[in-house]
Amino acid sequence: MSDRLPGFSTLAVHAGAQPDPTTGARATPIYQTTSFVFNDADHAASLFGLQAFGNIYTRIGNPTNAVLEERVAALEGGTAALAVASGHAAQVVVLQQLLQPGDEFIAARKLYGGSINQFTHAFKSFGWNVVWADSDDIASFERAVTPRTKAIFIESIANPGGSITDIEAISTVARKAGVPLIVDNTLASPYLIRPIDHGADIVVHSLTKFLGGHGNSLGGIIVDAGTFDWSTGGKYPMLSEPRPEYHGIRLQETFGNFAFAIACRVLGLRDLGPALSPFNAFMILTGIETLPLRMQKHCDNAKAVAEFLAGHPAVASVSYAGLASDKYNQLARKYAPKGAGAVFTFSLRGGYDAGVSLVSKLQLFSHLANVGDTRSLVIHPASTTHSQLDDAAKVKSGAGPDVVRLSIGIEDKEDLIADLEQALGA
Amino acid sequence: MNHDAYPDNYIRSILNSVKSIAMVGASPVNVRPSYFAFKYLAQRGYDMIPVNPGHVGKDLLGMPFVASLSDIGRPVDMIDIFRNSSHIMPVVEEALTLDPLPKVIWMQLGARDDAAAAKAESVGIKVVMNRCPKIEYGRLSSEISWMGVNSRTLSSKRPPAPTQGMRLSLNRMSVGGGDTAASDRAAKNKTEQS
Repeated sequence: MSDRLPGFSTLAVHAGAQPDPTTGARATPIYQTTSFVFNDADHAASLFGLQAFGNIYTRIGNPTNAVLEERVAALEGGTAALAVASGHAAQVVVLQQLLQPGDEFIAARKLYGGSINQFTHAFKSFGWNVVWADSDDIASFERAVTPRTKAIFIESIANPGGSITDIEAISTVARKAGVPLIVDNTLASPYLIRPIDHGADIVVHSLTKFLGGHGNSLGGIIVDAGTFDWSTGGKYPMLSEPRPEYHGIRLQETFGNFAFAIACRVLGLRDLGPALSPFNAFMILTGIETLPLRMQKHCDNAKAVAEFLAGHPAVASVSYAGLASDKYNQLARKYAPKGAGAVFTFSLRGGYDAGVSLVSKLQLFSHLANVGDTRSLVIHPASTTHSQLDDAAKVKSGAGPDVVRLSIGIEDKEDLIADLEQALGA
Repeated sequence: MNHDAYPDNYIRSILNSVKSIAMVGASPVNVRPSYFAFKYLAQRGYDMIPVNPGHVGKDLLGMPFVASLSDIGRPVDMIDIFRNSSHIMPVVEEALTLDPLPKVIWMQLGARDDAAAAKAESVGIKVVMNRCPKIEYGRLSSEISWMGVNSRTLSSKRPPAPTQGMRLSLNRMSVGGGDTAASDRAAKNKTEQS
């Protein structure tokens, strides 16, 4: 047994999966069951007490989901992961382990519009207070730190504008403040950026996007980097203090460097309930096997489309970090040398009306509210995903009225460019 | 040995070769980690000996407690210390008086004493610190994967259908041996700062 490090593509196909011991099935079986039979009363008690390895009930764990969890943990370089029903569910479960009512977390202002809504409104009702900072001004994160700060949340590649975040600089702020850095790595996927290598303590994903990759299954995941010490100063009692629901177990003491993932499972998922269907886990796993191939094609196509748009007279500007002229190109070269992702925005000289007209004329691009599909997608954020923000907040999050967002698929790039050309020109 | 990051082969060879394990600080309280680590290792076929002076006269899963290592009265392959870092040195010093010497001294998750480790290593004893043998056995066999833990191993072989009390194969292909994981780097940084 040599300790050799397999490459990313090998892990994408193999990590977490082995032939089924009972049937020899090579593809991961879909364990479409709610519950699992115990050997005897003692076995049941050991499982409920977190003392033995094994399955109880699919709201706590499922063998199909476990393969997905180990695979994403391996691709991200984390110690463990927990799959949940959606990216939004991942965010609720993560913050439930970290924040008590009245606590604060700092979030980058450039975020997916759905996250901005969740943080601003839903989390406020839990007493979790978001404090916004600007990824282009690292000092704004430092200024936002207070004694009640429990976490910092950023996106590696920010939605919708495709800007690249300086993860290392913000991780330095987090370390100084003694709080974990949470990175939403949805738009990059671990093929382009592995945030843990740059100082992230927790990585979250909407699996619905590039990881699943085919626009057919919702899912979310939480990856524990195993890097954060939860025991200091009683700041994170869910991890450091005895848990009454598990006979006084201290999770960090018992589970070491994957205690956060366990907390998310046995305190978050078990009690809040956003379990992922094993069928969805199977669909997403199948998607992940081709992630390296798809992601490279997505990026290569996106660069070609962005270059075409940048030279078109109807286009006022293109915001794609893969373009040499882009403000974020230096950061893209550092963090995402294989490609700057496939979701970006551009603005039209004709403003809001031109955006609406373009969307209606496109024949190949689908007008819908998702990204990271094999198909190319288009949306006008100001009238859809970001419509609940006021005008100033729209501009600040990169979704002004003249902005159109594209998610470039894996079709032939010539066909995508031809479709945009006819829709812009007519 | 670099105690910040152990190659998988090091841990694998220990768990594949030792047969008897004396657990210092084993607890009869069934919600303590030492109790369920003891139980798990016994179920995987290790000859387990509970050592705890507070419970002499009682037994743990059928194995009688002894007060100290010198009371075991027969050779042991490995000593697993379930005590805080500040209580490690006297246990190691006692272990070094045993004849024959144990082959391995293992300190539990959270426990680390570099001076005690150096002492044991100077007489040829292998040392593991700040790890749990239950977690490492579960990881190398991939049994721990049920809870989404990254086993850092791969295998295309069909495993035998599991039964209670069976030994599991630890001989899977390793994914990097733990010396590049971010968590190991973090543990190292923490040690350097403290």
